[in-house]
Order: sequence, then C-alpha cells, then structure tokens
Amino acid sequence: MPTNYIGIGLFILVGMGFTGATFAAAALIRPSNPNPIKLEPYECGVPGVGDARDRFHIRYYVLAMLYLVFDLEVVFLYPWAVQYDKLGLFGLMEMLVFVAILLIGYFYAWKKGALDWV
Amino acid sequence: MAYMTWFERRVIGRLQVRLGPNRVGIGGLLQPLADALKLFFKEDVRPARADRILFPLAPAISLFAALAAFAVIPFGPTTRIAGVEVPGGIANLQVGLLYLVGISSLGVYGLVLGGWSSGSKYSLIGGLRAAAQVVSYELILGLALVSVALVAGTLSLEGVVGGQANGLPYVILQPVAFLLYLVAAVAETNRAPFDLPEADTELVAGYHTEYGGMRFAMFFIAEYVNVITVSALAATMFFAGWSGPFLPGPHWLFIKMLAFLFLFVWLRATLPRLRYDQLMRLSWSVLLPLALINLLATAVVVAVTR
Repeated sequence: MPTNYIGIGLFILVGMGFTGATFAAAALIRPSNPNPIKLEPYECGVPGVGDARDRFHIRYYVLAMLYLVFDLEVVFLYPWAVQYDKLGLFGLMEMLVFVAILLIGYFYAWKKGALDWV
Repeated sequence: MAYMTWFERRVIGRLQVRLGPNRVGIGGLLQPLADALKLFFKEDVRPARADRILFPLAPAISLFAALAAFAVIPFGPTTRIAGVEVPGGIANLQVGLLYLVGISSLGVYGLVLGGWSSGSKYSLIGGLRAAAQVVSYELILGLALVSVALVAGTLSLEGVVGGQANGLPYVILQPVAFLLYLVAAVAETNRAPFDLPEADTELVAGYHTEYGGMRFAMFFIAEYVNVITVSALAATMFFAGWSGPFLPGPHWLFIKMLAFLFLFVWLRATLPRLRYDQLMRLSWSVLLPLALINLLATAVVVAVTR
C-alpha cells in the first residue's frame, strides 16, 4: 500500500529537518575560538604519538565477513517465516538444508579460531 | 524523549541512595531543557585531523537512523475516519519489522564514521568496537525476531499485535526469543553492561571522544531514541503492544515501554561492564547457536501444530 510509505517519507523528512535545524541553530549561537592546541586529537595531558589512521587488528575484517554471511541468512529467513504456512514441510526441509550448510561453515570458522578474541 | 535523561538520572540516583537532579524546576523536570540549552551554547571543536565532511555528518546519520526507525511502531489499531483507513501509528507497513531492523542498522554507519573521521586513536578503537559489537548482536536480534515472525506469520507490526490481542502474548510462546531479544537489544543500543564502545575507563569516551556541543548531543539523543525504540519494539513484539483492557492503546504501549525503560536503567545501575572477548564469545558462541536452535525448534513446532 503506497499510501503507507507517504507517512514514512514524511517522517524521514521531519527527522532530517529536525537534525538539520538543530545543527543550524547550534552553529548560529555557539562561540568558535579555535587554536592549534585545542584542535589536536585528545590525549591525556601529553603530546599525542602517531597518526590515528593506523593499522588495526585483522579480526575485525574476519568478523565483518562472518557477519555478512549470517546477516544474509537472516534476511533470507524473513520471507520464509512469513510464507511458512504455504511452504509447509517442503519449506521446513529446505531451510534445514540451508541452515546446515551455513552451520558447517560456522563450525569450520570456530575450529579455525575466527571467533576467539584473545 | 528528552525526559528519558531525566528519568534515567533520577532512577539511577535513587538506586544509588541519592536524589538525582532536583533543582531545576519541580523535581528537576526542567533539567533536560537546561542541559539542551547548555549544549547549544557550547563551542563545537572540530579537530585539525578530523575529516571535514564526515565528522559533522556522522552524528546526523546516527540521529536520523534512530528517528526514522521509530516510524513503524503502532500506537493503536487501524481506524476508519470518513472512509479513509487511518493507521494507528505513523505508518503500517507490510514489511514493518524488516524496515525497522534495516533502518536501525544504518545507525552503525554513524558510529563507525564518527570514530574513523575524528582522527583520534581512541575514537578509532571505539568506532571499530562499536561496529563489531552492533553487527554481532544484530544477528541475534534478527534471529530472535524471525522466530516471532514465524509464529505470527506476518512482518507487519500491527498484524503481530493483532495476533497477540486474540491469543497469548508472544512472550509466553517465545520465551527464549524474548530473552535473546532483550540481551541483543541492550547490546545494540550500547548500554551497560554492554557499553564497551564508550567504555570510559579504557577508551576515554569511545567513538565520540572528539565530539562536543551539539554534535555530541546528537549521538547522545540517538542512543536514547534507540533505547526507546527497542523498548517499544519489545512491548509490541512480545507483550501485545497497544492491546490491553480498559485503557486506550497508546496508554498501554506507554506503560509497557516505561517498564522496559526502567529495566534498561536498572541494568545499568546493577551490572558491571563485560570484557570485550567475553562480549564477543557470548554473541558468537552462545547466543547465535541458541537463536538458531530456537528458530528451528519453532519451525518444527509450528509445522506440527498447524
């Protein structure tokens, strides 16, 4: 029903408007006295060392990949859940196979230590 | 929404045997306004190493995603006024649940971009942690909600409430899904005991270390709006939302939401923060298999009983 999306659209516009208006109002009335020391990245009382655009740990990438796999699974599960009554036993079996394939990968990742954080 | 901060500070105060803010206005009721005014007049420092475009944009993304997600929560039944169907909320989408999960996951862009664009190491680590945590628990959240959608047979939030109004609330039919949802919701909103992204004892303030003034307030408001949204969703999905005897719909939803908001504050006052590896192990090695087992068990039971 497209009329429902009009409400959503209006609400999104209001949300954007509220965010924008708040920023604009704050920009108008706040003081602005920058100086080089103030603009340095935060560090606890000593000069900062190095750049923040640094390398970070590989496990974040591994986690991102695992997340993609399982998030897609969840997205596929939503229409399946809604149509479950019509799909019947066939739907159940199909989903068992689908989840089983993913679980093999999940246990492989677990055995390989992709889920360990220490 | 602003009164969530007042509510939280008063409740935490009481839980810690002190009063909480009570000076501005009657019982401190004007305190949120005073805070907002103060934040408006604060200087907004943009660090020299920060990204010029993404740095101001990130809090706006966070707040916008948090606000937009709220649109599909139904406050009451669909009524007919002069032949036109008026939805009981802002909108009643057929795919309401999917919309809510999708839009609220946009919020993670705000966190990770804010952390990266600040040009500070604390922010970067906080942003990465936030991203990893939010995506991990989003899976749990999604799987818990799929189980409920399976029982309800619809993704429309109004349909879900309708299904409960005529039968049992889904917290009885889906207790495991409810517990999974509760844990995932606390982690999704980065609230204690899962407030690792802004763990102030390790990371200064996490992804919003470099933010001040109104931009900081945006992140702050986004967090509270998210708390309210997940509370409203919990009330809708598991406790029959607006349906209840005697009182009109919005009152019931508000009462149920308030109970969840109190629970959130209570958790924060009671539980210490988890360690990061414990947090990740809980999500990937305990909750994810549990959520899958719960889903498959639900599927089998639904297949047998229908």
